[in-house]
Amino acid sequence: MEFKDYYKVMGVARDATEAQIKQAYRKLARKYHPDVSKEKDAEALFKELGEAYEVLKSPEKRAAYDQLGRGPQPGENFRPPPDWGSGFEFSGAGDGAGNRDYSEFFESLFGGARRGRGFDPGRGDPGRGDHDPARGLDHHAKVMLDLEATLQGGSRTFTLRVPEIDAEGHLIAKERVLNVQIPKGILPGQTIRLAGQGGSAGSGATGDLFIEVDFQPHPLYRSDGRDLYLDLPVAPWEAALGASVKAPTPGGLVDLKIPAGSHAGTKLRLRGRGIPATPPGDLYVVLQIALPPAGDDKAKAAYRALADAVPFNPRAHLGVS
Amino acid sequence: MRSVQDALTGEIFEEYAVLSVEELSRLCAVEPAYIVELVEEGVLSVTVVEAEQWRFPGTALRRARRALRLQRDLEINLAGVALALELMEELDALRRELSALKAGVFREEFR
Repeated sequence: MEFKDYYKVMGVARDATEAQIKQAYRKLARKYHPDVSKEKDAEALFKELGEAYEVLKSPEKRAAYDQLGRGPQPGENFRPPPDWGSGFEFSGAGDGAGNRDYSEFFESLFGGARRGRGFDPGRGDPGRGDHDPARGLDHHAKVMLDLEATLQGGSRTFTLRVPEIDAEGHLIAKERVLNVQIPKGILPGQTIRLAGQGGSAGSGATGDLFIEVDFQPHPLYRSDGRDLYLDLPVAPWEAALGASVKAPTPGGLVDLKIPAGSHAGTKLRLRGRGIPATPPGDLYVVLQIALPPAGDDKAKAAYRALADAVPFNPRAHLGVS
Repeated sequence: MRSVQDALTGEIFEEYAVLSVEELSRLCAVEPAYIVELVEEGVLSVTVVEAEQWRFPGTALRRARRALRLQRDLEINLAGVALALELMEELDALRRELSALKAGVFREEFR
C-alpha cells in the first residue's frame, strides 16, 4: 500500500493552521470539482483532495496521521502499526464526504469507522435524510456514450465501481460490469433508470440504478440538444452555381442539393434526421467553402480569368479595396 | 469479482418522471425541507401544483444532485449554489457556441 502525503496533495506545509487548510481545500475544490472543472483528471484529483481534507481538517485524525510522518516516506510500502488508532476517537466519520470512495491507505487508517455507506447516496450518511432502512439505496453513475448508441440503440457494456462493505466493515471498491440496452433517442444529460439495480437492503426492496449519460465527441457530427450539425465542404463553383453532392447522414448517404448562391456558413436543414428522440431532431448541414489550390499553370490561369471576369472586392464593407 | 448479465432495459427517466417533494428528496437522500429550500432559492422550479402539492420534472433530479454536491464539496451556501449553476449553464452554452464556431466558418484546414 502506498503512503499518501496529504499535505502535499493539499499544497500546505506540515504546520499549516486549520484556517490555511480550509482555505487550500476550498481553492482546490473549486478548481477540481467534477461538476465545475474541465481538467482531465478532475474526478481523481478531487477524490484525493477530499480524502486529504477529511483527514487534515479533523484535529484527531490529523494528529494520528502526523504520528506516521516519522515512518515510511511517500510512495514506500506502508502498513499501519498494530496499535494504530488506539487513543484516538474519530468523531463524525463521513460528514461532508458523500460520494467518495477512499484509497486503500485511507481505509487502512480510518476505514473501520465507516460503515453502512452505499454507492453515492447523496448527502451525508444513508442514515440521515429520510432514507427508509427497509429499502435499498438508489445508486447513481455517469457514463460516456458514443453518438451511435442513441442513433441506433443497442446495448453497451459499462464497468462501474461500486463501494461495498466487506466482512470487517471496510469499504472496498468492487467492479460491476453492466450490459445496458441504450434507449434510442436518449439525449446528453438524460438518465437511464434501471429499476431494482441499486443497492440491496437485506430482505427489503432493492434500490434503483440511475445512469446519467453524456456523449463522446463524434468525428462527423456535433450535437446540440436533439439536433445534429455536419460541416460539409463544397467547391466555390458548387456553392455559386448550385450542385447536387453526396453527404453522410446518420441514416446513410444522401444526395443533397446545394442551392445556387450559397456561401460559407449556409445551413441546410434535413428535417427529422437528427437524434431519433420524440420528436426527432434535425440534421443541419453547414457549408464550408474549400478553395482549390492554384497548383499548376492551368489552375492559376483559371483564377486569373475569374479575377478578370468578376469585379469583386471581398473587403468592400471594410472600406478598403 | 465480475458479474455479467444480459442487457438490462431501462427507461429514460426524464421522459416520464413527475416527482413530488417527497420522491425527489428520497432520490437525493435528503430531507424534504432541503428540496423546499432549493425551490425558495430558485435552484429548482416547480412545474405544476396538483392539489396544493408541488410537482417537479424529471430533470430536477440531476439539478438537485448537482446542487447538493456543490454545496457539500465547495462549502458554499444555497445562494452561491444558485449563482454557480446559472453561470455554469451559461458557460456550457458559450462552450457549445465556441465549438460550433471553431468547427465552422473559422476553420480553414481542409484542402
